[in-house]
Amino acid sequence: MKALLISFVSGGVFAVGLGIGGMTQPAKVIGFLDFAGSWDPSLAIVMIGAIAVHSVLYRVIRNRPSPLFSPTFSLPTRTDIDARLVGGAALFGVGWGLAGFCPGPALTSLVSGNLPAVIFVVAMIAGMYLYKLIEVLRLRQADAKNKSTASRLVASASPVRRSHDDY
Amino acid sequence: MENFTPIASLIGGILIGISASAMLLFNGKIAGISGIVAGLLSPTKSDTLWRATFVAGLVAGGLILKLLSPQGFEIGVVRSGNAFAFAGLLVGFGARLGSGCTSGHGVCGISRLSMRSIVATVTFIATGAAAVYIVNHLLGGGL
Repeated sequence: MKALLISFVSGGVFAVGLGIGGMTQPAKVIGFLDFAGSWDPSLAIVMIGAIAVHSVLYRVIRNRPSPLFSPTFSLPTRTDIDARLVGGAALFGVGWGLAGFCPGPALTSLVSGNLPAVIFVVAMIAGMYLYKLIEVLRLRQADAKNKSTASRLVASASPVRRSHDDY
Repeated sequence: MENFTPIASLIGGILIGISASAMLLFNGKIAGISGIVAGLLSPTKSDTLWRATFVAGLVAGGLILKLLSPQGFEIGVVRSGNAFAFAGLLVGFGARLGSGCTSGHGVCGISRLSMRSIVATVTFIATGAAAVYIVNHLLGGGL
């Protein structure tokens, strides 16, 4: 219960931070990405402020054996740079630049009465579903392949599922 | 730089940093919004409520903002509904394929000095800037 209250309040503070920082205004986000036009560095200041606070507190918090309301920290562990990371970020960036929305500001704008934010969120969730669907099909194919080789290679051919670090 | 809002943006950024730190200190979670939302698409008993309440908090925060300063939600650019739909699709799919978005990679990952997040952030700022260059300087600013 306490953990859920923290989640709710953190979500609220995050949203208010985005709003005060100007990130719920697509024109300001696009203004930051418009390096050849009249550049608006506001988004960089939002990021610098957030990183300055979190990079210090992250290190303090990580010195604890565990979080306060949970038995363990759930942190990403991967360190490899692969094509999926770069390709995914590249697609993400194109969408971000076209609309001036990314997931946080779009969700924060859901109750603003702006139809574009609603359209964006619905499409964003559809995009996430599409990814999930492709991933399930891909893993099924990999499993089928592994089973056919497993009959020859004894039991060593267990399917290796690459875990995604879930940011 | 006539639209630059350094003080407000710094305060906003600090609030985001505090929120991400609270999620880590109390719940041990990374405040990566695309990951939190995507987790709701494959619900499991123990892992759904905190995600749903975080998203509910975002929406509630939006409501507070709306009541205090409705002008904070100005779109300010010319885009059709189709353009927003196409962009949303790319953002949702790309965030999953690339394991994160502006909050997860850009704020939390960079704070942890994760090389993956630094590469992802540089990449999405570069392709975002390319998309904006095409729309603003080659297509006349509207979509």
